[in-house]
Amino acid sequence: MIPTAFDYVRARSVDEALAALTEHGEDAKLLAGGHSLLPIMKLRLAIPTVLIDIGGIPDLSYVRVEGDEVAVGAGTRLFEIERDEVVRAEVPLLSHVAGRVGDPQVRHRATLGGTVAHSDPASDVPTGLLALGGDVVVQGPAGRRSIPVTACWTGFFETDVAADEMVVEVRVPRTGSSGWGYEKFTRRENDWAIVAAAAVEGRVALANMAGTVVRAAATEEALARGASIAEAAALADQGTSPSSDMHADADYRRHLARLLTRRALETAAAA
Amino acid sequence: MSILGTRVVRTEDPLFLTRGAVYTDDLTDERLTGALHATFIRSQVAHGRLLSVDTSAALEAPGVVAVVTAADVTDLVPIPPPFPFINAEMTRPWLASDRVRFVGDPIAVVLTEERYQGEDAAEMVVVDVDPLPAVVGTAAAAADEVLLFPEAGTNLMASFGDPAPADFFDGCEVVVTQALVNQRVAPVPLETRAAAAAWSPDGRLTAWCTNQGAQQARGQFGDWLEMDPDLIHLITPDVGGGFGAKIGADPEYAFIAWLAKHVGRPVRWAESRSENLVGMLHGRAQDQVVTIGGRRDGTVEAYSLVFDQDCGAYPRIGAVLPTLTMLMAPGVYAFPKVHAQGRALATTTTSIGAYRGAGRPEATAAVERAIDLFAAEIGMDPAEVRRKNLLPAFSEPHTTPMGATYDNGDYTVALDKALEAAGYEELRAEQARRREAGDVRQLGIGLSVYVEITGADNGAGTKEAAELEVHADGTATVLTGTSPHGQGHATSWAMIASDQLGIPVEKITVLHGDTDLVPQGGGTMGSRSLQQGGAAVHQAAEELIEEARRRAAERLEVDPTDLVVDLGLAGLAVRGTPGAAVSFAELAEDERLLVNTVFNADAPTFPFGAHVAVVELDVESGKAQLTRLVAVDDAGTIINPLIAEGQRHGGFAQGVAQALLEEVLYDEDGNPTTSTLADYPFVSATEVPSFELVDMATPTPMNPLGAKGIGEAGTIGATPAVQNAVIDAAAHLGVRHVDMPVTPMRVWRAIQQATHTQQQEGN
Repeated sequence: MIPTAFDYVRARSVDEALAALTEHGEDAKLLAGGHSLLPIMKLRLAIPTVLIDIGGIPDLSYVRVEGDEVAVGAGTRLFEIERDEVVRAEVPLLSHVAGRVGDPQVRHRATLGGTVAHSDPASDVPTGLLALGGDVVVQGPAGRRSIPVTACWTGFFETDVAADEMVVEVRVPRTGSSGWGYEKFTRRENDWAIVAAAAVEGRVALANMAGTVVRAAATEEALARGASIAEAAALADQGTSPSSDMHADADYRRHLARLLTRRALETAAAA
Repeated sequence: MSILGTRVVRTEDPLFLTRGAVYTDDLTDERLTGALHATFIRSQVAHGRLLSVDTSAALEAPGVVAVVTAADVTDLVPIPPPFPFINAEMTRPWLASDRVRFVGDPIAVVLTEERYQGEDAAEMVVVDVDPLPAVVGTAAAAADEVLLFPEAGTNLMASFGDPAPADFFDGCEVVVTQALVNQRVAPVPLETRAAAAAWSPDGRLTAWCTNQGAQQARGQFGDWLEMDPDLIHLITPDVGGGFGAKIGADPEYAFIAWLAKHVGRPVRWAESRSENLVGMLHGRAQDQVVTIGGRRDGTVEAYSLVFDQDCGAYPRIGAVLPTLTMLMAPGVYAFPKVHAQGRALATTTTSIGAYRGAGRPEATAAVERAIDLFAAEIGMDPAEVRRKNLLPAFSEPHTTPMGATYDNGDYTVALDKALEAAGYEELRAEQARRREAGDVRQLGIGLSVYVEITGADNGAGTKEAAELEVHADGTATVLTGTSPHGQGHATSWAMIASDQLGIPVEKITVLHGDTDLVPQGGGTMGSRSLQQGGAAVHQAAEELIEEARRRAAERLEVDPTDLVVDLGLAGLAVRGTPGAAVSFAELAEDERLLVNTVFNADAPTFPFGAHVAVVELDVESGKAQLTRLVAVDDAGTIINPLIAEGQRHGGFAQGVAQALLEEVLYDEDGNPTTSTLADYPFVSATEVPSFELVDMATPTPMNPLGAKGIGEAGTIGATPAVQNAVIDAAAHLGVRHVDMPVTPMRVWRAIQQATHTQQQEGN
């Protein structure tokens, strides 16, 4: 439970962090809250030789309303997103999913950018973001670019963010008073989701039903053509590829995806 | 008013909560100056022939002083089985030499100057294993197709009892039989295993390790290292939980001492959590078949429990647990005929040891499930079936068909108290309402009534030593052979002495866990401490008063019988003569006022109780939420209710955890799949409700305190109540049984199957 040796670089600006990423290449990892990275380093599942600490970079933590969107800095702690009045009013689903991650200690450390970049298919925040839509803003040597959330998570622990880029912001459409629902199924309160479903404005995203968080496309299409919630939810697991593990097998995950989707849609409709 | 029975706040806690305890891994003892750090290289393969261990690269790694393999261990004999009834060929090598038998089996040790260097060097040791088929589960073990110890000719470690006679259930109107899994769980103490050792030039060994009884551990060090135990000073520092898995010494502990001698430097070791989850003993792991027969009026006439105990790779305490399960098989019931039979089997998994309850929770879970199955079959309320079959109240010892002699008990009152506190009739009415309405959230009500054995002979008899000294400054010291690791003995033992002597609790120091200070002792396990160790302190105080009386009589020139204890003075006063008195402290001025005593309990005690669990079951997902746990736990006289309630709370949490959450799993190749706390669903406060405690106290005649054990009641009573509650919540859908842990997926699947079956029967 001791990581392999690594060098530590403390970046004071995004430019410094990007320069260090360019210098050290694939051997480097960005360190923000550290609550996903450090455990896998202790288990020696990840063995970066350089850690670039971006925790001290000023101005990466903010929430701003910009037109129809809310922009949230990548360094914003999940605890802040959970409590932020603007997020609660403009994107309540985002506030809620941030508050469902781990326990308060974790949420005080974990950052929005970290959970986006980690790409764990069981994560709450990416599930909420995928249902909300919007963009992940990354910065690299060539400047900034936006990745639609639908293209951000490409595989298990894999994203469209290049090795020399870092996540600097997430932009989310303001859903305001639109109904939303989030159903997270766990055995223990603080666990990762066995399956979760997020629903807002006719969009549904699922956690842990594939190598990444995924949209329940068949459900969304059915809703668009006017199907009932029950009919649409019954299609939620179509196109997914859940795995089997000690917590649940694939069949049960499919059942949960349908059940949780129905409940999330019902909650959203009841608002 | 006596201090006994009052809620004295634990005196040890301020230190634990502020400065922090000093666990083995925290030691800064000067004897450990320059200690090397040991890192074990453990098998990653469940079963195989060990072809080679290449240490050459590791030897070149920074900080490496030595890499030890089996070839270096020429002066130790393999560890023999711990009990004479176990197949003698099933010995344990100190380091694997020709075969590995479980994932976690030690193969080599790296000794480094700094701890972090050890993990790097350990990765450079190249181990070549030719895999053999794994033996996972008792069925595979019993098949004897793949043998862990070919020289033994079988995987059977030991066998207990005989098959039931063919006519055992003849004449029963109803016979129900069911296979049950009492799953393997991990004890998960917050403090993982740790040890340290230093040798002095005169050949004396000082060894520190986290355990539940220094004296027992010292005996094992002596046996294994072939040393005179008098040359071993074994110290148990503060211990962060044990739950039975730290009884005695682990082989790694003694091996740390051997390593220190081998390299001529002190050595220390502390395992990681991942290492703990494969290296430390696991618990439970029984595959059971219950058969229960009787009349349709609810009278049970015959009960049989046949089971296989998975013992893991090497025989440890797990191999003897079948005897306890068999002894307690009929539990609280007056079944006229009882049969029990068990086998202990070797599998290519982590060894099984004692875990909070150790053999008794398995017996209770089996019989409490059997009663519910019988009740469901005859369509009678499970509370009524229990009431009909409980042993009537008894105040004289009662011997069961399995040969256990219960001291006293009133199980019907325990059940009635629990049902009343729970509001059983109202709960059943609410359940009926929800069933009628077809609610998504159905109510489940589960019962268990239990009796357990505490203070059983753990090999050292049913006795415990105590030393008590009053000092001239008015303070007192208690030395005890018990070994608290969370149980609050510093407070309770001081209360017992204070109650007799009048010396305030805060002036009484309780010492333990150091074999130079306390050479004899039975440790803390099997809920024995208060009824034997506490009783020894009580006896020591009485003897000290007698010695003080002799001295005071001389000093005050009165007849000893005219002297009475004056608790306000903390001394002796002459009856009817105000001012004629002397304190115990004064009597210690010229000559030490000290007694040494051993309390011999007549026999074990049998605490009992009844639990009612209430769950809300989401029948669409299969997830059950425990909403209430109402518990009557009668452990005789309670010395400190605060501590007793804490014991119950902790036990309930672990009991609930076995019912709903925890299970150590292996894949078919014998790889553990729950070897981190991300995968092993360790219970936390968010998964349990506020417990509802109901008082009941039937003092035992077996010790002057009237105390029975309380430490294991929670895991014995709560587990079957919770399991029964979940099944009860789905009973109207046709579900009769779901194995533990009663996971959402299992419940959902059971509901699917029952619904399917009912539909087919409906067609």
